[in-house]
Amino acid sequence: MFDRYIVVEDTLRNVVEGGDVVGVQFGARLPYYRGLGLSMIEAVDVTLGGEPVPVEDVSVTLGGRTYPVREMDHEPEAVWNFGEVGTVTVRKPGGLPEGEHSVGVLFRLRVSYLPMMLTGQDRKTLPLVGT
Amino acid sequence: MTQPAQIKRGVSLYSFQEEFFLRKMTLEDCVAACARMGAYGIETLAEQMMPGFPHLDDAFYDGWHAMMAKYGTVPVCHDMFLDTKRFKGRTLTLDEQVESVVRDLKHASRLGCTVMRVLVFVTPEVLERCVPYAEQYGVRMGLEVHAPLHFDHPWILRHLENMERVGSPLLGFVPDMGIFTDHYPPVMIGRFLRQGATPEIAEHIRREYDRRTLAEYVINDVREMGGNRVDIAMAEVLRHNLWSNPRHLLEHMDRIFHVHAKFYEMDENDQETSLGYEQVIPILRQGGFSGYLASEYEGNRHIQDAFEVDSVEQVRRHQRMLARLIGEREVQHV
Repeated sequence: MFDRYIVVEDTLRNVVEGGDVVGVQFGARLPYYRGLGLSMIEAVDVTLGGEPVPVEDVSVTLGGRTYPVREMDHEPEAVWNFGEVGTVTVRKPGGLPEGEHSVGVLFRLRVSYLPMMLTGQDRKTLPLVGT
Repeated sequence: MTQPAQIKRGVSLYSFQEEFFLRKMTLEDCVAACARMGAYGIETLAEQMMPGFPHLDDAFYDGWHAMMAKYGTVPVCHDMFLDTKRFKGRTLTLDEQVESVVRDLKHASRLGCTVMRVLVFVTPEVLERCVPYAEQYGVRMGLEVHAPLHFDHPWILRHLENMERVGSPLLGFVPDMGIFTDHYPPVMIGRFLRQGATPEIAEHIRREYDRRTLAEYVINDVREMGGNRVDIAMAEVLRHNLWSNPRHLLEHMDRIFHVHAKFYEMDENDQETSLGYEQVIPILRQGGFSGYLASEYEGNRHIQDAFEVDSVEQVRRHQRMLARLIGEREVQHV
């Protein structure tokens, strides 16, 4: 559910730090009908141009705080609110060239009342909208 | 002279999740929409539309009550969740589960709700432990009877036995209209077809559902017909969707606190295309049900891949149908 809204249009940009392009950012929403504590997000699998991004290079910023995906297990208090656009940052020296790029995200959510993991995914082609 | 309608109309704000998710409607917009339809009973999911829960401050609750007063609406039901799998690798202990439910009882009370919808997977042991707190906060705990469970399912029967043993008037049920699914919902069929279901096989599944054929037989049929992955998934929905006897409601009437008037699709003639409203509401009237029927629109997830969702119009049509079926004499506000 809400899969088609995961990757947010017109949000793809390069991240510049100290004059260097160090990564790529885009907006994403959780494909679920309520907010969820980060410790229940089992996976945020990102692809750029169809290529999987190593999990250690991905972090999510919510409400001004940044959480590396690998450390979300330890964040039961922080919540990704319903419909909240989080900023996904991928460490990628040099960033992406101008033009359009395929951006994919797959979430696996540990929803307590379901016996299986809830999975949601989306892939969109987004134009790079600058830095 | 016509008897005044005893059943009251409400809306679960879950119905407007599509618009809230996309920030097209705020919490106040949702409440205002309900008031415009004469659906004055408001049901809410804190974790959906009240960011910051469970750490909401006094200003939030003051604002909530001011909003209820402004629109003439009444807080009716809070929908709780219980994250038993909150920590990776272990389930919450019984004490932790109780603590979480009590947190929700307190929130329900602060909202002004007298009913809390309890997820059906919550155990009888947890509910029993929460009864003293429900008394303290003045909130009734209604276990949601939600498909694929139903009033005769062993899990519900186990809850019922426990309710009878505990003997508290604060323990009961919130039936979800999904347990009265008369026809395979057309919005689901449409989605499976868009995903690649085989039209002839989809038609076979639809027809067999109407014939009340056992799910496992239909799944087997689909395999033998050479059904693809989507066809199988469409048949497997029969394990979840079900028709149960609405007369069971009469047996449990004194424990029915609230009804989730779930629906998938209202057509232009204000008819729901799959659920047994025409059969169920007369039984609720016969039983003297005097609580709320809260519209719970769940069609968005089945059409959002291809169509613009208009939850407000869907709820408006549903409210017109409810007003007609519960026998309201004046429905001009809907």
